Amino acid sequence: MTSKVYLTIFLCGLATWLIRVVPFMLVKNFKIPPMLMRFLSFVPVAILSAIFVESLLIYHTGHWPSINFGNFLASIPAIITAIISKSLLAVVVVGVIAMALIRFLGLV
Amino acid sequence: MNDVLDFRNGIKDVVPTLFGYIGVGIAFGIVAKTSHLSVWMVLFMSLIVYAGSAQFIIASMLLASSPISAIVISTILINARMSLMSMAVAPYLKDESFAKNIGVGTLLTDETFALSMNKMNYTDNKLDSHWFNSANLVAYLVWALATVAGNLIGGLFPDPAVLGLDFAVVAMFIGLLYLQIIADRTRPLARHFQVFLFVALAMFILMRFLPGNSAILVATILGCIFGMVVNHND
Repeated sequence: MTSKVYLTIFLCGLATWLIRVVPFMLVKNFKIPPMLMRFLSFVPVAILSAIFVESLLIYHTGHWPSINFGNFLASIPAIITAIISKSLLAVVVVGVIAMALIRFLGLV
Repeated sequence: MNDVLDFRNGIKDVVPTLFGYIGVGIAFGIVAKTSHLSVWMVLFMSLIVYAGSAQFIIASMLLASSPISAIVISTILINARMSLMSMAVAPYLKDESFAKNIGVGTLLTDETFALSMNKMNYTDNKLDSHWFNSANLVAYLVWALATVAGNLIGGLFPDPAVLGLDFAVVAMFIGLLYLQIIADRTRPLARHFQVFLFVALAMFILMRFLPGNSAILVATILGCIFGMVVNHND
């Protein structure tokens, strides 16, 4: 059991490492077509949007996703804080306090 | 955030994201404990795999005695989106040595990727490995320590969810997304919102058929293609 765990972790780590570094090797050694550069320029907003929206949804096999109400509610003060403060730290602190309050008040 | 790309500013810039690593890291340590993983296994996994959601899946699949091949394939599917982030960062480090590129890539995460994209809005589209390595290293060490701490104190302390700490990571992505949208002046604000709305709709539809982690990869690719198409006339 123990050696299986370590072997699994090692192989998963190796796979993850390759996913992370192979693109660097490719870009270092080949010229990137302008088309690909244009595609990549959309990655930051697109991927952050996808990660955020994923946290607002709950996956159910074979059904439509449902809304994660706790995350949805706590996101509102976090977004307002982002607009007002433009400070990452403030957004995180307000978001955490909002979530703690939502749970404390039994809203979810 | 400012325009200085040195080791010290890397540490300073990464601080707000650390709450996310600590909240999720402690939660992972606790889950790993209930999945019968020892503290050494937790440390080994955090140092070798170093990927939040993949580590949760690995722990649960180990508990379910899944075959190694299935666990590795799940990990690849969950982490595949990282290749997009590496691909997006790499052009800005092209002039640095091969070893430095490998070094930055090895410790790249969702968070430090988003930070670097944000940073470039202040540095006239420049990045360097000193800034990147310090942000990456601090995140890496904090993650490893948080997961170990969660494993050691698991059961003694209240669940981090009660304190709202599990939301730290979501709040951080909200902040990073908003800052990216307002700071990236290479295209109009409305274009960013169009991409966001398109990706949100794509996520909802995709999650009818795919778990969230796989949906993120597909929705991101579709979102980038959508952006290229609607941006054609800018």
